[in-house]
Amino acid sequence: MAIEVTDASFDADVLKSDKPVLVDFWASWCGPCRQVGPILEKIADEHAEAITLAKVDVDANPATAQQYGITSIPAMFVFKNGEVVKSFVGAQPKPALERALAEFIG
Amino acid sequence: MRDVIIIGSGPAGFTAAIYAARANLKPLLIASSVEVGGELMQTTEVENFPGFPEGIMGPDLMDRMQKQAEKFGTEVVYDDVTALDITGEAKRVTTGEGQTFEARSLIYATGSAYRKLGCDRETELSGRGISWCATCDGAFFRNRHVAVVGGGDSAMEEATFLSRFASKVTVIHRRDALRASAAMVERAENDPKIDFRWNSTVVGFEGDQKVTGMILRDTVTGADSQMPIDGVFEAIGSDPRTHLVHGLLDLTEAGTIAVDGRSSRTSVPGVFAAGDVIDPIYKQAATAAGSGVVAALDAQAYLAELDDAATAQIGEADQPDEIERTGEVGNSQDAGDVETANATATQLDPADAAAAHV
Repeated sequence: MAIEVTDASFDADVLKSDKPVLVDFWASWCGPCRQVGPILEKIADEHAEAITLAKVDVDANPATAQQYGITSIPAMFVFKNGEVVKSFVGAQPKPALERALAEFIG
Repeated sequence: MRDVIIIGSGPAGFTAAIYAARANLKPLLIASSVEVGGELMQTTEVENFPGFPEGIMGPDLMDRMQKQAEKFGTEVVYDDVTALDITGEAKRVTTGEGQTFEARSLIYATGSAYRKLGCDRETELSGRGISWCATCDGAFFRNRHVAVVGGGDSAMEEATFLSRFASKVTVIHRRDALRASAAMVERAENDPKIDFRWNSTVVGFEGDQKVTGMILRDTVTGADSQMPIDGVFEAIGSDPRTHLVHGLLDLTEAGTIAVDGRSSRTSVPGVFAAGDVIDPIYKQAATAAGSGVVAALDAQAYLAELDDAATAQIGEADQPDEIERTGEVGNSQDAGDVETANATATQLDPADAAAAHV
């Protein structure tokens, strides 16, 4: 299950989270975002103990997108203790995403 | 065993599926995991697909094609093909999740992949100001100066789309004239936000965390110059996606899969190819769709020949356990193929093989 995060809730839901948070910056008009979304959810479901999935709609939450300098979506950021510890962009197949996230999902 | 597996989910793949499904071949279409719908998923308004005088959004068009294919019984798998075994009569397809599917025929419609410039610092700045998808990333460049590299229809479409957001769009083209269609060129030329930099290629990018500039080379004088830029959209064409069939199927000099004349028949019997993967020139949604029709009809004819040959052989056979073997022999083109086909057949479930031939 993914949580929907807004500009208002980003601090509490992502930066102050005890668990690492995978943030998926996306938008409804972005085809690749719609394709990668369900794959991220599947990975997060399979590793629910290790990581939380948070989705940020960049249209509705421009401040957060701007703060992290998003210029290309889908953009995936991993936050740990309030810090960005990993970021990558672009829709990729599940095995490639799992490799990119290997250090967090074991 | 299945009759037909289709690899690819663009206009060629789904149109082949519509025809194959209507011919009761119950096609399995392997759509990929993240690129379902193919290249049109990244376009906006499609104005040149027949039957849509008002235009249609690329993703909507693909959604309709998929619905039409599924309506007649196409089964869609959302996974990527990672390996092919097409030497025997049974064509085997293995996916990223480790599933293996088998069919008597295969339609290969994997399309093409965006070409990259291959210049300095391109890889590290990808997604940091360098993009291949204006519809995805254009909105992040509101009131910024962006460049579009390329001179074809897709470059003009990107430039026109980006001018909604950007303060200025500079089209960078290596020649002094565009090869885009007249309608697209006219629209771009009449757009006050779009200007053109002719006879120029990009040889490098600048910027630490994101793109801040690029180095252009004049193709006439050879001189390099710097241009400050906030974002770069590459639209320099595409290459056929053939990496899985290297060494398995004959390719053309252009790198596309070689087919026999106007048919979709590849160098391997039972394997058909359609769409951009066989087309180095036209690469349109409508031509890909037509190509998908050809592949489905060719596959249908091939399967009918197999069935006819098997039926003829079965009629002469006294022993039930000869069904499988005689079926294989009947399909082989020459003596060299017989051995391969029989070796493959021994791994099949005899019940399946017999059922498929009746």
